[in-house]
Amino acid sequence: MVVETSGPQTYVGRFDSEDDAGLHLLDVGVHEAGGNESKDEYVRRSAKFGIRVERKHLIVPRQTVARIAKLGEIAG
Amino acid sequence: MPYNPALVAPMREEMVRLGAKELTTVGDVDAALGDQKGTMLVFVNSVCGCAAGNARPALRLALEHPVLPQHVVTVFAGQDLDATARARQYMGEYQPSSPSMALLRDGEVVHFVHRHQIEGRNPQAIAGDLVQAFDKHFGAGAAV
Repeated sequence: MVVETSGPQTYVGRFDSEDDAGLHLLDVGVHEAGGNESKDEYVRRSAKFGIRVERKHLIVPRQTVARIAKLGEIAG
Repeated sequence: MPYNPALVAPMREEMVRLGAKELTTVGDVDAALGDQKGTMLVFVNSVCGCAAGNARPALRLALEHPVLPQHVVTVFAGQDLDATARARQYMGEYQPSSPSMALLRDGEVVHFVHRHQIEGRNPQAIAGDLVQAFDKHFGAGAAV
């Protein structure tokens, strides 16, 4: 899954579950806006080369979720 | 800690029935992938029910295609830990993923199927992508 947030972070990882705390993602890569690589470049690279895991488990608060897409549907 | 061998035995046997050569040691991996010539498919097997349960049937379907890799080998993630880690060293910048499939030509990864390209898809769809990759990279018109 690609989870874009209303903040600078975009997360790429495996969806595990959802509860009151938010979306639980596993094996997560994190993109911070403002770096050398754009969000779109980061997502395309993750689709082609796989996710560089930075967090084993991450909870994305539901109210911060702006958009969700399937990584498998993004051309690398 | 590796999985119980009895648990993974049916998943190993499924791959062997497909004609895949199991690589269970670092030495096995180096012998197969070191200085690799020709075309090869490396299947990173996994117990993950949802993804691996589709990946193995997908490979079976794809292997019915007339254009095929010359060699099919497999390592088992979560079971043959050292062999899997070694195999991943041959995958260049591709991140670890299981199950996954790598197509190699003369030691270079020319196509990679990640877990995220397997999960949630049926074996026919995954096999369709694999067959396209076989044609593109292993077919008569493939760039060498």
